Amino acid sequence: MHPRRQKRLIAVVLVISLLASAIGAMLYALQQNIDLFYTPSQLVDGLGKDKIKPQVGQRLRIGGMVVNGSVTRDPDSLKVSFDLVDTGPIVRVTYEGILPDLFREGQGIVAQGVLIDDTTIAASEVLAKHDEEYMPPEVAEALKGIKHVPPSQQGAANATSTEGRY
Amino acid sequence: MFKWLHPFAKPETVYHLCGRFYPWLISAGILLLLLGNIWGLAFTPPDYQQGDSYRIIHIHVPSAIMSMGTYSAMAIAAFIALVWQVKVAQWSVLAIAPVGAIYTAIALITGMAWGKPMWGTWWVWDARLTSELILLFLYLGVIALSGAFTDRQTGAKAASLLAIVGVINLPVIHFSVEWWNTLHQGASITKFAKPSIDPSMLWPLLISILAFKVIMLALVCLRLRTAILLNEQHRPWVKAMAKGQ
Repeated sequence: MHPRRQKRLIAVVLVISLLASAIGAMLYALQQNIDLFYTPSQLVDGLGKDKIKPQVGQRLRIGGMVVNGSVTRDPDSLKVSFDLVDTGPIVRVTYEGILPDLFREGQGIVAQGVLIDDTTIAASEVLAKHDEEYMPPEVAEALKGIKHVPPSQQGAANATSTEGRY
Repeated sequence: MFKWLHPFAKPETVYHLCGRFYPWLISAGILLLLLGNIWGLAFTPPDYQQGDSYRIIHIHVPSAIMSMGTYSAMAIAAFIALVWQVKVAQWSVLAIAPVGAIYTAIALITGMAWGKPMWGTWWVWDARLTSELILLFLYLGVIALSGAFTDRQTGAKAASLLAIVGVINLPVIHFSVEWWNTLHQGASITKFAKPSIDPSMLWPLLISILAFKVIMLALVCLRLRTAILLNEQHRPWVKAMAKGQ
């Protein structure tokens, strides 16, 4: 290879590898800050090597699965509370407002709010987290036993079984 | 070793080669896009949870995949332009950048339109969304930097360097959903395991991805031809061609 080209090649490769390692180190150092949310076990057991626990009163996001049968609604208002779980500990979330379409028991959600005590969060925003699985309703029914209700018929379904969906 | 590649560094050869490929690429691309998108948008079953809203996947995923694919193509061209100082490679960087920027914008906008009904928000600053936004800024930076100098050579050099450095963002985008907790779901098809998408939805998606790729190649061919003519306008072969017509 021509010495001038070789020089340029070395310079370019050097610049890239230095920058890559700098950014890699930065992302590694910021690891905990880049996470969008805590999982319930991270909230209870602490995060990372140092087991850093969020403090009561801290604003944070929590993400986990809605525990089956844990959703309780206040009949007179939009207040709702439910439990979140990932692998062990359970965290209680209270919220007042309209929940997203995909919110249901067994579904992953991310809630933003304030930590009230060790395992309770008063949420100001609830987002549904979708998983990466896509399948037609018939396949889902055969595989998972989930019956798909089109949004147009959801009102009717809810009216007939008041305690059914949530 | 690279002797057989040398003729392709000549602007005239590349100009004619791109002209030969362009009609095939653009017609194949449009056909594939029509097939993939009409099949995907109208003839696939709805998703068991998202209903019909999931259909945006047939535009969102191809544009997102190709926003990254286009970037790697641009970075390779930039690398060749910097190390071997091939003029055609330098022009390709600037030919590729706007196409990739548009794909990135499509991915971001369709993703937001899907996020509102499904997640409940247009935007969150999670790792995947943020790194894809940075990709858009990298494309725009490459375009802006190339035009920011009075000397066109200096501008192209600076833009190439930025294009190469930005490659670091690609693995961050791809693995962001694995490395960190994100609202964005994990990969459905770009993984080694079996795709977690039903075959009836997967095939039109794969066709759409191919369509976006072929259309990208066609647009780059077209833009590269224009760039070659613009930069070589005082060369005898361009003048002879203009007189011949």
